[in-house]
Amino acid sequence: MNEESTAVDIAPRNPQQALPGDNSTAAPPGAYDIERIRADFPILKQKVYGKPLVYLDNGASAQKPQHVLDAMNEAYETYYSNVHRGVHWTSQASTESFEGSRKKVAAFLNAASENEIIFTRGATEAINLVAASWGGANLNPGDEVILSHMEHHSNIVPWQILRQQKGIELKIVPIDDDGNFLFDEYEKMLSEKTKMVAVTHVSNALGTIVPVEDVIRLAHDKGALVLLDGCQAVPHMAVDVQALDADFYVFSGHKLYGPTGIGVLWGREDLLNAMPPYQSGGDMISSVTFEKTTFKKSPHRFEAGTPAIVEAIGLGAALDYVGAIGLGNISAHEQGVLQYASERLQAVEGLRIIGQAREKASIVSFVIDGIHAHDLGTFVDRAGVAVRVGHHCAQPVMERYGIAATARASFGLYNTRNEVDVLTDALTDAKEFFG
Amino acid sequence: MFDELRDLYQEVILDHGKSPRNFRHLENATCLAHGNNPICGDMLVVYLTLDDDGRITDVAFQGEGCAISMASASMMTEILKGKTRDEAKRLYEGFHDMCTKDGFDLSELGDFDEDAIDRLKMLSGVREFPIRVKCATLAWHTMQAAVDGEQEISTE
Ligand SMILES: Cc1ncc(COP(=O)(O)O)c(C=O)c1O
Repeated sequence: MNEESTAVDIAPRNPQQALPGDNSTAAPPGAYDIERIRADFPILKQKVYGKPLVYLDNGASAQKPQHVLDAMNEAYETYYSNVHRGVHWTSQASTESFEGSRKKVAAFLNAASENEIIFTRGATEAINLVAASWGGANLNPGDEVILSHMEHHSNIVPWQILRQQKGIELKIVPIDDDGNFLFDEYEKMLSEKTKMVAVTHVSNALGTIVPVEDVIRLAHDKGALVLLDGCQAVPHMAVDVQALDADFYVFSGHKLYGPTGIGVLWGREDLLNAMPPYQSGGDMISSVTFEKTTFKKSPHRFEAGTPAIVEAIGLGAALDYVGAIGLGNISAHEQGVLQYASERLQAVEGLRIIGQAREKASIVSFVIDGIHAHDLGTFVDRAGVAVRVGHHCAQPVMERYGIAATARASFGLYNTRNEVDVLTDALTDAKEFFG
Repeated sequence: MFDELRDLYQEVILDHGKSPRNFRHLENATCLAHGNNPICGDMLVVYLTLDDDGRITDVAFQGEGCAISMASASMMTEILKGKTRDEAKRLYEGFHDMCTKDGFDLSELGDFDEDAIDRLKMLSGVREFPIRVKCATLAWHTMQAAVDGEQEISTE
């Protein structure tokens, strides 16, 4: 098997190009046809406890449109095979479809090249990859990595492990009471010792949009690299990694209407090709003898073993779907729902919204006096409403606000104001019920 | 909708949840353990004082959690006072079975105060809410860990 076997232009036919998905999802300019969009998501027809499902847990994972389900089914039913290693038709077709998804991801992030797109299991694995590979090779005792107080555990723990192994220091950018990233504090923390700034683009617990352009500019002034955790950003806004001038960007497919088990690490090609492999095995080597093994370049250097083939194809379909609606349209729609939700929720007696940053994605965390979030979750569940309750894998955020848990409504492209009403009514009932 | 929720959140449970009994630090505790339910962030400490015969002379708890976990801890402290180590273990096992097995009747444990048993039975509603079973059993797991000399437990 050689490098050329991964070429994408040799397959005789790519069945995925004949995807059945209809184009009904492309909204005409100016209109956002929410009913047609909702009809694309089979699960939204589901009833729970005899009530329509109101799915407001998109921050944890989003539902999948028929287009994604069809693309994955079609792959399994008509052209599935392992990739990068067969001369037969199915392997070539699968390879083309799989590599086609890589191109779609590259276009989605406006990466300079598809070689910069590494498929991982998700954001968690992507961050672990950078920490272990880049961090392992480049960090020395006394070097500093800056995180923010809003990080998901997956962007904390890999760096803590590196601290143990390498004797690096972690610095944490604080947030204010509204959940704003304290830029002045960040500026003070930066020094020649800073080697990496790893921050979330959007906070999963608070919804805060971090001013990442400025974060990156200042980090680069000090010669530090920047990794952005884009899990909660990519479903809500267009991201252009070149315009941002980022160094690494990660996200998970399942929060972006794609399947689980697939995520993305984007990195600058020069950085990636200078990094040692993360895992090793088949598919990532140029040649192996018992004396010496030479590794392929990115992305294959970092994709040891059989990848999540159909999941990658599903992610590609999800990007097509989101692209057909347009992230600008999605963002406008969601911001409307967010504003409506903030107003309605704030009117619930005793309810406090946790996270009121100046710029927010469509995520609302809240607590209600005297009712534990977990009880709220169970209560609204019986009204058919799915919200997340707990610490959202961001315990430092909870500790910052002196609370153990919040309830969180996170809105996706298919959510409506009507669903906000269902949530608000259920919360009002909960107030009465728990007294 | 309210009816099903009432089965879980009976008035007595809400009352114990809001004003938990024996909610304090026990100065002279002979054993204690920390319980922690990482999924919802519930955290509590159970303190016990055991005399030389292994009888529980005092029991208390502190912590933070949902109505179910607070009420369960509160009711547990009420029933445990005066019980022997072995009785506590039988109650722990009985309570656990009640929360997880259909058709299990806590009264079959016999020779325990009927009122206290009846009160514990009010928590059997969690059987219909599987995700909440851990909330109800957290205090009991923690108590058992304390008696067994373990300091830390986590229900995951
Ligand atoms: C901001 C953020 N980062 C990282 C993750 C981890 O994603 P995954 O579990 O898909 O690897 C999540 C998911 O909850 C998240 O919200």
